[in-house]
Amino acid sequence: MTSSDIAIDIDNVVKRYGAFTALHGVSMQIHANEFFTLLGPSGCGKTTLLRSIAGFEDVNEGAIRLYGNDIAPLPPHKRPINTVFQQYALFPHMTVTENVMFGLRRSGWSRIEAATRADDVLKLVQLSNFADRKPAQLSGGQQQRVALARALAPRPKVLLLDEPLSALDLKLRQAVRVELKQIQRETGIAFIFVTHDQEEALTMSDRIAVMSSGHVQQIGTPREIYETPINRFVADFIGETNLLNVTVQSVSEGTAQVILPSGHPFSCPAATVNSDGTGHLSVRPERIELCPAGGGDLDVKVESQVYLGTDIQLHTRVADGEKMIVRLQNAQSTILPEIDTVVGLKIEAGAARLLAD
Amino acid sequence: MAAGAPDGASSKSDIYAGNGPRLMLPVWVFIGLFLLLPVALMGVYSFLTKEFRGGVIWDFTLTAYDQFFLDRGLFGDDPAKIEWTYIGIFWRSIWQAGMATIMCLLIGFPTAWFIATRDAKTRSIWLFLITIPYWVNLLIRTVSMKFLIRDTGPLNEFLMWSGVINEPLGLINTNFAVQLGLFYSYLPFMVLPIYAAVERYDFSLSEAAADLYANVWTILRLVILPVVKPGIIAGCILVFVPSLGAFLAPDLLGGAKTFMIGSLIEEQFKGNAGNWPFGAAASMILLSIVMAVLLIYARSQTKGDK
Amino acid sequence: MASKKYLLKAPKNDLRRLPGFTTVTLLCLFILYAPLMVVAIYSFNASTSITNWGGWSLAWYGDVFFGPEAAKFQQAAINSLIIAVCAAFAATIIATAAAVAMNRTGAFRGKTSGFMLINLPLMVPEVVTAVASLVFFSTIGFTTGLGTILLAHIVFCIPFAYLPISARMQSVPDLYEQAAMDLYATPLEAFKLVLLPIMMPGLMSGFLLAFIISLDDFLITNFVKGAGIETLPTAVFGSVKQGIKPNIMAISTLMLGVSVVFVSLSWLIGRAGQSQQETK
Repeated sequence: MTSSDIAIDIDNVVKRYGAFTALHGVSMQIHANEFFTLLGPSGCGKTTLLRSIAGFEDVNEGAIRLYGNDIAPLPPHKRPINTVFQQYALFPHMTVTENVMFGLRRSGWSRIEAATRADDVLKLVQLSNFADRKPAQLSGGQQQRVALARALAPRPKVLLLDEPLSALDLKLRQAVRVELKQIQRETGIAFIFVTHDQEEALTMSDRIAVMSSGHVQQIGTPREIYETPINRFVADFIGETNLLNVTVQSVSEGTAQVILPSGHPFSCPAATVNSDGTGHLSVRPERIELCPAGGGDLDVKVESQVYLGTDIQLHTRVADGEKMIVRLQNAQSTILPEIDTVVGLKIEAGAARLLAD
Repeated sequence: MAAGAPDGASSKSDIYAGNGPRLMLPVWVFIGLFLLLPVALMGVYSFLTKEFRGGVIWDFTLTAYDQFFLDRGLFGDDPAKIEWTYIGIFWRSIWQAGMATIMCLLIGFPTAWFIATRDAKTRSIWLFLITIPYWVNLLIRTVSMKFLIRDTGPLNEFLMWSGVINEPLGLINTNFAVQLGLFYSYLPFMVLPIYAAVERYDFSLSEAAADLYANVWTILRLVILPVVKPGIIAGCILVFVPSLGAFLAPDLLGGAKTFMIGSLIEEQFKGNAGNWPFGAAASMILLSIVMAVLLIYARSQTKGDK
Repeated sequence: MASKKYLLKAPKNDLRRLPGFTTVTLLCLFILYAPLMVVAIYSFNASTSITNWGGWSLAWYGDVFFGPEAAKFQQAAINSLIIAVCAAFAATIIATAAAVAMNRTGAFRGKTSGFMLINLPLMVPEVVTAVASLVFFSTIGFTTGLGTILLAHIVFCIPFAYLPISARMQSVPDLYEQAAMDLYATPLEAFKLVLLPIMMPGLMSGFLLAFIISLDDFLITNFVKGAGIETLPTAVFGSVKQGIKPNIMAISTLMLGVSVVFVSLSWLIGRAGQSQQETK
C-alpha cells in the first residue's frame, strides 16, 4: 500500500493527562476514501484520539501523519481537517449560509466562490430552503446537517465526526445514518467517525477500530469485528454473545480442542488463548440450535422466554451455573421448549470462537 | 456529553494559551499604577512631615500616628496620654456602620426571604424593584433622604398634619439620621446575597423536618440558618465595609456630633487647613480595619469550603 | 407536587409564608422609594419655597435648562457624560481582555494576583481611593482636571465591567471558538468573529454598569477634579451645601429618570441574552 492511499497514519500515539494515560501507544492507518469508525465505551480514548487528529490536543509521543506529512506541530486552524462536533457548535449569531461560508472565507476563498460553494453544499444536505435561518430556528436534524455542510464545504482532506448522531432521536438517527454514508461515498474523502453505539458503527463503517481504556483492541471490517472478534472484550462489546468458560486441550493450526462445561470435547477456531490454558468460548445466540437433551454439545435448563417480535430469546442455564442465551427465529415451525425442561444445544460448526480474557 | 466525557474533562480549554500575562497588562497598568501605587504612596505619606498649606515635607516621622493615638498636651511636652478624639471618631464610625448593618439585616432578611420564596416569574420583578434605587445616584438618594426628614420636610409636615406629633421629630443631624442614610445607601447589598442563599435552599428539606414535628422556629434555627448564614455574613460585610468609610450620609444628614472617618479624612485634604500626613495615617488605619474584616471573612469562607 | 400538598395540609408551618414578611417587604420598598418619590413630586412644585406646595408646574425644569445656573449644570452634565462614556468604554475593553485571560488562557503566573487586582477597587474604601489618587497625582505633578477624573474613573469601573463580562464568558462554551479554529480561523479571528459577537449582551451590560457607576461617583471625583471643573454630582453637592433648592430637585428627578432608563435597558439586554442562550 502506498502512502497516498493512507489519509491518516496514527503511529504509536501516547496521550497523558498528568498521571492518567488516555492513549497507550495507539496505531492505526485510515485509508483515503474510507468510512472509518472509532468505537468504544465512554472513556476509552476515542474522543481524545479524534481531538488529537483535529489538533485540539497535543500528543505526548508518536506521530500523526496526514498523507505522509507529520501534522503534530500544526495548530487546528492550519490542518486541512474539519470536524462535525457532537453539539454541532453552530455559530448562533450567523445564518446557515454564513456558518457554511465561515471556513471557506477563512481559508482564502473569495466571497463569490464561497457563496457558490455554500449553495452547492447546502443542496447536498438538502437545506437550500433554510439558508437564511439562524441555527436556533432549525430542528436538531437540520442543525446536524448544517454542521455537516459547514465541515464539508472547505473540501477537507479528512472529515472528523464526534458522535454527531447522539443528539438525535432514534428514527432520525436511522435515516441520517444512510444519508451520511451516501454523502461519504459522493464526496470520496475519509470520514473518521466516533461513536459508542455499536449498531451505528456496524451499519455505516468500512472499517472499525474497537477501543478500550486507551488501547486499540481490534481493527477490521464490521463483519470481521462481529464474526471473528479477537478477544473477549470485542466479542462482548459488539453484539450479543455467550461466553462459556472452557479448558483448552490443544491448539494446532488455528483450531482448538476444548472441553465444554458439560464435559463434552469441542473443536473450534482459536483466536487467542490464556496462558493458563483456559479461555472463553464465544457463541452468538443465533448460531445455536435446539435438540433433545443429551443430543447436542451441552445440556441446559430453560429458565425464561423473551419475546422480541422477529425473534424469541431463551434464557437458559448450564449445569455449572453459567447462563446461555439462545435466539430462535419467530417462525411457524419453531417449537419452544417448556420452562424448566432440560434441552440440548448444538453449536453451529465454525461459529464459536475461543478467546482470551 | 454522554460518551467521551472523561476524555473531554481534561481537554485543552486554553484557546488563547500563553496570552494571559499580555491580556492582564492593561489591568496591571491601570489598577496597579493608579490605585495600588497611590495607596502605597499614601502609606509613605503617613510617615512624612506636614507642610502648613497642605502637602508634605519629605522628613520621615511618626508624628501623624502619634497625633492620632496620643495626647501630649498643648505644647507637646506633657506626659503622653491616650488621645480619645480620633479613636472616638473611629469608634463612632464603627458603631454607626454596625447600627446601619443591623437595620439592613432586620429589614433585608425578611425581604430577601420573601422574594426568594416567590415563583420564578414574580421573583425577578421583585428583585428588579429592590435593585433600581441602588442604581440611582447615591448623592441624589442622600439628598432625597435629607429633604424628606428635615424638620420642615414632608415627613414632619405629614405627621404634624395628621396629629401624630405636635412638633418636628428633630431627626436631621442626629446619629439616627446618619444610620438611616447608610441603611438607605446600602440596603440592596444586604438583600441580594441573602436572596441568593435562600433561593438555593430546597424547601422540601424543611418540609421533611416539619413532618418530624419540628416547629417553625426550630426549623429556622436548625435547618435554615446554617444554609443562609453565608448569605447573611456576606450581606453584613457588604453593608458594613462601605458604611465605615462613607462620606455623603454623615456629611449631609449628620451634624458636628456625628462626625465620621470619611469626613475626618476628607477634611485633612481640603483647603489649606489640612494635614496630609495625618489624613494619610487615618486612611491607612481605616484601610487596615477594612482589610482585616475582609481577611477574616475570606478565611472563614475557605474554612467553610473544607 | 409534594409542597402543594403540604400547603393544604398544614399551611401554618409553611416557611415560604412566614408571618409579617410580606409587610416588611412592602415597608422595605416604601423606604426605598418614598424619598425619591417625594423629591420627584416636589420637583413639579410651582412654589419657590421647598416646604410649601404651590400646585403643579414645570417651572423648575425650565430653570434647570434656561435659568441662571443652567450653563453651569449643563457643562457639568456634559463633563459627566464624556467621562462616563470614555471610562465605561476603556473599562469594558480592559475588563474583556482580563476576562479572556481569566477564562480562556489556562494557568499562568500572576493569575491569582491579577484577579485580586481586578477586585481591589471594590475592597479599598472609596474615601481612601480618593485621597490616595489625590496624593498620587499631586506627587507626580499631574494637573488635576478631566484627565485625572477619567483615569480614576477607569480604575474603579474595571471590576464592575468585569463582573457581567466574565460571567457571560464562562457561560459560553469554548466549543464555538474550537469550531472556528477547526474552520481555519486563527485564534484572533475566532475571538473577533465568534466569541465577541456571542458575548455581546455581556459586553453591553458590562458597559452600562460601568457607565452608571461612573455617573454615580461623587467622592473620588471631588478629590481629583481640580478647581473649576465640575461633574453633575459635584455641582449638585456644591449647591446642596448651601441648602436644597427646587432646581436641585428637578435635576435629581432627571438623573433618577436616566438611571431608571439605563437599569431597565441593561435588565432587558440581560434577559434577551438569557433567552438567546436558552434557545440554543
